[in-house]
Amino acid sequence: MSISLFLEQVLNGLQFGVMLFLMSAGLTLVFGVMGLINLAHGSLYMIGAFSAAAIASWTGSFWLGLIASLMAAAIAGVIVEIVIIRRLYKRDHLDQVLATFALILLFSEAMRWIFGAFPLFLDVPDILSGTLSLPLGIEYSKYRMMIIVVGILTAIGLFALISKTKLGVRIRAGESDREMIAALGVDISKLYTLVFALGAALAGLAGAMVGAIQSVEVGMGEPVLILAFVVIVIGGIGSIKGALVGAILVGLTDTMGRFLLPSFFKIFLSPSSATDIGSALASMMIYILMAAVLIWKPSGLFGNSAK
Amino acid sequence: MFALSAVIALPTFADGHKAKVGMITTLSGGGSGLGIDVRDGFLLALKGNNNIEVVIEDDQRKPDIAVQLADKMIQSEKVDILTGIIWSNLAMAVVPAAVNQGKIYLSPNAGPSALAGAGCHKNYFNVAWQNDNLHEAAGGYANSEGYTNSFIMAPNYPAGKDALTGYKRFYEGELAGEIYTKLGQKDYAAEIAQIRASGADSVFFFLPGGMGIGFMKQFAQSGIDLPVVGPAFSFDQGILQAVGAAALGVKNTSQWSKDLKNDANVKFVADFQAEYGRLPSLYASQGYDTANLLASALNSADINDLDAFRLALKKADFASTRGNFSFDTNNHPIQDIYVREVIKEGDVFTNKIVATGLKNRSNAYVDECKM
Repeated sequence: MSISLFLEQVLNGLQFGVMLFLMSAGLTLVFGVMGLINLAHGSLYMIGAFSAAAIASWTGSFWLGLIASLMAAAIAGVIVEIVIIRRLYKRDHLDQVLATFALILLFSEAMRWIFGAFPLFLDVPDILSGTLSLPLGIEYSKYRMMIIVVGILTAIGLFALISKTKLGVRIRAGESDREMIAALGVDISKLYTLVFALGAALAGLAGAMVGAIQSVEVGMGEPVLILAFVVIVIGGIGSIKGALVGAILVGLTDTMGRFLLPSFFKIFLSPSSATDIGSALASMMIYILMAAVLIWKPSGLFGNSAK
Repeated sequence: MFALSAVIALPTFADGHKAKVGMITTLSGGGSGLGIDVRDGFLLALKGNNNIEVVIEDDQRKPDIAVQLADKMIQSEKVDILTGIIWSNLAMAVVPAAVNQGKIYLSPNAGPSALAGAGCHKNYFNVAWQNDNLHEAAGGYANSEGYTNSFIMAPNYPAGKDALTGYKRFYEGELAGEIYTKLGQKDYAAEIAQIRASGADSVFFFLPGGMGIGFMKQFAQSGIDLPVVGPAFSFDQGILQAVGAAALGVKNTSQWSKDLKNDANVKFVADFQAEYGRLPSLYASQGYDTANLLASALNSADINDLDAFRLALKKADFASTRGNFSFDTNNHPIQDIYVREVIKEGDVFTNKIVATGLKNRSNAYVDECKM
């Protein structure tokens, strides 16, 4: 095992983490500010990917596809919030889970009805294809590098939004005490719609960026959604910082686990048993991590214990 | 759950040349393209046939739902024959119970080794292949191309294990690496980094559906310039359009290709395009052959006399899209497995045959089957 392989895997873990951050940031905001569990977040990721694929193949431009994904996911978010989500804020978490689960099924079948059952084509733009030569002999995909950069910029932008703008103040106040800010005259419904749309846009962006290197198909959002929930539980509900730290932790643990565990077992087991046991353990790693974090800090790394 | 009932004829089953077929296949969610192709091929062959009634249900790729659907079809729909399952893990959950209850099962896709060897049964026929077959041909092709240090990869489930076993059975070189990935995994950055560092001279992978799309695109982006070989499952007609140019030049093995020049296949490809507006994949050809096999057996034997019916199925007296078709003693096909290359024809990505990988290949589990 060489240093360049190890570092390349670290970069891969970072890129995976950054993509998870884009998904989890929206999820944790919605859960933190509005107290709403939104299972349909994965569908917004899928809508972003499908819009990007559709617009990119129609116009021939990947970048227009990316913009389309942001807009389509945000618009879908606004519509869903106004029509359905609004009625769920005052309700029990179980009702929210049931309603948003129904949304998952609705969106999945809608996508299949509009676009067909076969996966769509979305490719990385030519300017970003191929690899970058980094020091220590690492060849890293230019496109994945872009994902890392976009993720970091988004994190910086979100931090600036939350800590330096009036909207950010309202969001933080809403996380602390929902009733108080309504009593102080802030227009809650507009705030909630905005937060929901922001989360949706981030999910859509993640879907579009990832769709170009994976596949754009129905049901692509649910596995990522599960990971996003793991991230926000680890990071603490409502905390963007927690979402970032949690996402990077999960991304690195999963990637390094898949890479190191089988090699570790190969030291004293036969190659096929090592791969069997190693891969089985690797797929459990992030959940073991979540359990360990929760034992140590029950509200997550940056969560508030009084909620 | 979506219940799609395609009733082709009203049943009067006193006539032993009529039968009811229960098709359990994957019609929703990821991987539904395969089930939809099998269904479309199957129904195309039965167009105009008033002797066969087909009930179709969606297993959503979940073993527990497939088991419930099988129970419903056997007990309440009272089907004579079951078919349709795409995935080996679902087949392992449904087939043993179904054949033990006296129902005939015709597999249009999944061919796990467990059902070809010790778990074989006189009521179970596989019309597609035994899971290892296409991978065996890939291993043989790797030898003939002079590859000596392959990196091999498949998901960690029965068909994935069969895949790597099959490749290693015929491949004679060294392995630069062997990885079982998580079923459903979409991001292969970690595995691709390992391929790069391993010094391999070729890559063999089995990643059906969306998994393969993700891997091929990421591999093409990685700048690693190694020949890639795989079974047709990662390069079928449905998947290729989503992968695009990243797949050009890849060699894949299959028992069927749209350019096979026999009469049955020429008619099949033309009819499929006319009926559905798209080119068929190998899954569609498998569904089509399964329906034609069934229709031929029903024409010559009585469904109420199961022994005679089984003999009629075993004779396989129908025009297959693959040309010659016969069953070996464990009810799996003996057929040629071809090597195809991914090419672009006009606007469409498709495959063309470049070599024959294995001639008259049966399977490795014939001796383990005590039928």
